[in-house]
Amino acid sequence: MREITFSEAIREALREEMKRDGTVFLMGEDIGRFGGVFGVTKGLVEEFGEERIRDTPISETALVGGAVGASIAGTRPVVEIMFADFLAICMDEIHHKAGKWRYSHGGQFKLPLVIRTAMGHVFGAGPEHSECPEAFYLHSPGLKIAVPSTPYDVKGLLKTAIRDDNPVLFFEHKLLYNTKGPVPEKEYLVPFGRADIERNGRDITLVTYSFMTHEALKASEILSKEGIEVEVIDLRTLSPMDKETVINSVKKTNRLIIVEEGNRTGGVGAEITAWVLEEAFDYLDAPVKRVASKDVPIPFNPVMEGFVIPNTGDIIRAIKEVVYKDSR
Amino acid sequence: MKIDKEKYFWIYTKMLTQRMLEEKILELIPTGKLTGHFHLGIGEEATFIGACAALEEKDYLMPTHRGLGCVIGKGIPLKKIMADIYGKATGTTKGKGGVLRICDAQLGVLGLSGTLGGIFPIAMGAALSSKLLKEGRVTLAIFGDGQSNRGTFHEALNLASVWKLPIVYLCENNYFAISTSQSRVMRIKNIADRAKGYGIPGRVVDGNDALAVYEMTLEAVNRARAGKGPTLIEAKTYRWRPHFEGEGASYRDPKEVEIWKKRCPIHRLRKKLIDLKLLNPSQDKKIKGKIAEEIAEEIDEAVRYAEESPMPRPEDALEDLFFPSATE
Amino acid sequence: MREITFVESLRMTLKEEMQNDPSLMLIGEDIGRYGGIFGVTKGLLEEFGPHRVRSTPISESAIIGSALGAAMTGIRTVAEIMYVDFTTCAMDQIVNQVAKMRYMSGGKAKIPLVIRTQGGGGRGNAAQHSQSLEALFLHIPGLKIVMPSTPYDARGLLKTAIRDDNPVMFIEHKLLYATKGHIPNGEYLIPFGQADIKRKGKDVTVIAISYMVLKALRAAEQLAKKGIDVEVIDLRTLLPLDLESLLQSIHKTNRAVIVHEGCRRGGIGAEIASNIMEEAFDFLDAPVQRVGTLDVPIPYSEPLEKAVIPDEEDIMTAVKKVLYWK
Repeated sequence: MREITFSEAIREALREEMKRDGTVFLMGEDIGRFGGVFGVTKGLVEEFGEERIRDTPISETALVGGAVGASIAGTRPVVEIMFADFLAICMDEIHHKAGKWRYSHGGQFKLPLVIRTAMGHVFGAGPEHSECPEAFYLHSPGLKIAVPSTPYDVKGLLKTAIRDDNPVLFFEHKLLYNTKGPVPEKEYLVPFGRADIERNGRDITLVTYSFMTHEALKASEILSKEGIEVEVIDLRTLSPMDKETVINSVKKTNRLIIVEEGNRTGGVGAEITAWVLEEAFDYLDAPVKRVASKDVPIPFNPVMEGFVIPNTGDIIRAIKEVVYKDSR
Repeated sequence: MKIDKEKYFWIYTKMLTQRMLEEKILELIPTGKLTGHFHLGIGEEATFIGACAALEEKDYLMPTHRGLGCVIGKGIPLKKIMADIYGKATGTTKGKGGVLRICDAQLGVLGLSGTLGGIFPIAMGAALSSKLLKEGRVTLAIFGDGQSNRGTFHEALNLASVWKLPIVYLCENNYFAISTSQSRVMRIKNIADRAKGYGIPGRVVDGNDALAVYEMTLEAVNRARAGKGPTLIEAKTYRWRPHFEGEGASYRDPKEVEIWKKRCPIHRLRKKLIDLKLLNPSQDKKIKGKIAEEIAEEIDEAVRYAEESPMPRPEDALEDLFFPSATE
Repeated sequence: MREITFVESLRMTLKEEMQNDPSLMLIGEDIGRYGGIFGVTKGLLEEFGPHRVRSTPISESAIIGSALGAAMTGIRTVAEIMYVDFTTCAMDQIVNQVAKMRYMSGGKAKIPLVIRTQGGGGRGNAAQHSQSLEALFLHIPGLKIVMPSTPYDARGLLKTAIRDDNPVMFIEHKLLYATKGHIPNGEYLIPFGQADIKRKGKDVTVIAISYMVLKALRAAEQLAKKGIDVEVIDLRTLLPLDLESLLQSIHKTNRAVIVHEGCRRGGIGAEIASNIMEEAFDFLDAPVQRVGTLDVPIPYSEPLEKAVIPDEEDIMTAVKKVLYWK
């Protein structure tokens, strides 16, 4: 099977969906002639023209608010917010407008919009260009959230997102853009709410997503040599979240660890821990452990950044702690 | 401008309908049958109805929180409006959005942003859709003076101007944002002057002269439909009631309120119709009586309908969050 | 001792702090002549003048941004955001500026800023005027979060908040404003990170904050008639969190229920439950129960709003579930 990059996979998905449906259009800063700051939309304006690939001013509220308005009036916008940290600028538009418009208007409207954004650390980008803020949006009713980790998943999930008639927050991780992976030539979709078991194991369940999936897999390879078999589950989407796959795995391994890149307090791991506790309490032989960024902004200096954000070593240590805890 | 007879009577009847409906709400509030806050537009009928008179059925409308007149002007039946006011399952929002979010996808009433200022980019997005889909629709966004100080105003008007979108932004300037008078929060006297900063026409109109509002809005709507881009209109008017029912409006001089009441837009229009010999003064009472009688009956029927309609069931609270997905 | 309302408690505290500190400034919408949408700042403009009590346009990001700028350069500031729902209009200022400024400056900036706001449903104000968004602030490093439930707590905590040189989110509840309570005559401060056991009990630990504390207490009274003895802990501050008090209680009861008004998914209950589970796993005889608002926007109509926001029945059901867990 051919291998392409995460970035190319996104571009293919956008191109295919725009060809398929003439109402799909893109808006964002520097996405047209510049091809996007991460090069994701390169070539699209030449192919589809400036009516459908729209460069905008620095106006995040107009981008997302405009996407809400466009989607309730018959088109399917895919907007790009350059850095996930900037979602805070238009949080009213995301949380109150995109998330609630359908519900508070009695189901009269549908909002087929996608907000693509780049999240995560990329070595020295500093506190306002490195965030993983997905936990904020987990708390917003009415939004779907995708967090792909491979070129295969990103293409399939983005196609699903564009075809979904609901608002989707689509988080791409900056460090993944140049990673390669197998992607079929034939069309395929990846459904929301379906986690992927990347690696089978019997000693502990590890739930993760996005870039951390790769760190988790590295840690698991190392631990395998020490006789610890980790089951790695890549959630792929946070809303809807595939609880069934996680619970089934926990029932088998009796131990759970969650690895995420966002800040620990109030993070995605807290929510997962809480419902695993509720739904599989009797199966847990040890407390659930959360591995996440420390509760500080992401510092600029790479040494400090490395201290704050979880790495393979942190994951290994945490897994051992859970695996070697005495059973109740 | 030549206005045909039917249009005059349409405007007159709708203004009277708004007035009588809002007076009915005032009657109903002390009965305890209604919940939530009511922001009545009594005194501003000329602005709301005059503006809506300029729209075609296919055009989009985004009303303001004081906008019962708007939804009447756009043709939403009084029964539905009343059912929304009562929070009943038969309302346009099925009890989820309340009096503020009365909407109708078929009639192009796209709903309301509870966070004031949210309207600007969303209306811009709806106009963008109409342009992309080549539907020939115009979007009319009606908002209060206070909202125009949000950053979203700047972003949306700027972008709408750059893209020459088919949109009319109409400010109902009633001089107060709750208790804060315009002069304390703006150096400029006319909000319409901000249009200069976006390179679009800014027009001021007497918001209590229904025909003047109609003419000016129609001109702007025609401009937009011809592809010439947005217009910012400012209608100077005044609300007779407090910001919402129940708050004292202690910040206003009662003498000022009386002065504005003498400029009642309904009386003014009636006088104009008499001057144009469309209403014979001696027939006036009878004709007014007839119109008013019919309206009163319609309102009473709407109240009956609302009172007899079922409340939503508690479990209905979980519906209408997402549009059904094919894949989940 | 005397009895005053929650509103009066806040007002008198602001007044005293403004008298003590001549640089203290208030900024927000309609806080001047109007006295604030809930009357909290009534009379303060007349006493302290327009330079210290500043009414603004509808410009949330300018309110927070300018409050931050003022606080960083020597003016202790209390900014008011009328409804917590509107903090989303200024979220960049809060998340990226207020919370991070000190850190990004390498610890140089001092930020004596309190952001007062109010939330909560129960009045038919619908989706964008009824929320509880504290879970969002919990996830932002660099903020403290305070949510008092009584006039006594409001006063002591607000004083601490104003005197703190760090940014504090001070979240009031609209249904608490008219409630009454006793306060002592002299001055007192309540430190952050100190929960308050509002009702002692031995069977189940119920953890709540803000208006939910009152509902939890009412539920506890009803359960007492059935012989179930509930310990109700009022967190008072979410950040810093007084985990110690919670653990002490759970060591005794072995069962915990968390009640909050924000949406359940990703709510503060998730973080607290996780912490409890990490530190008291071996003491739990049942999973921690979370009682939160259903994961939908707050609907307008009365029966729908009631169905969505937790009430005493929901709390009692959770307590029984945890008590009778097999």
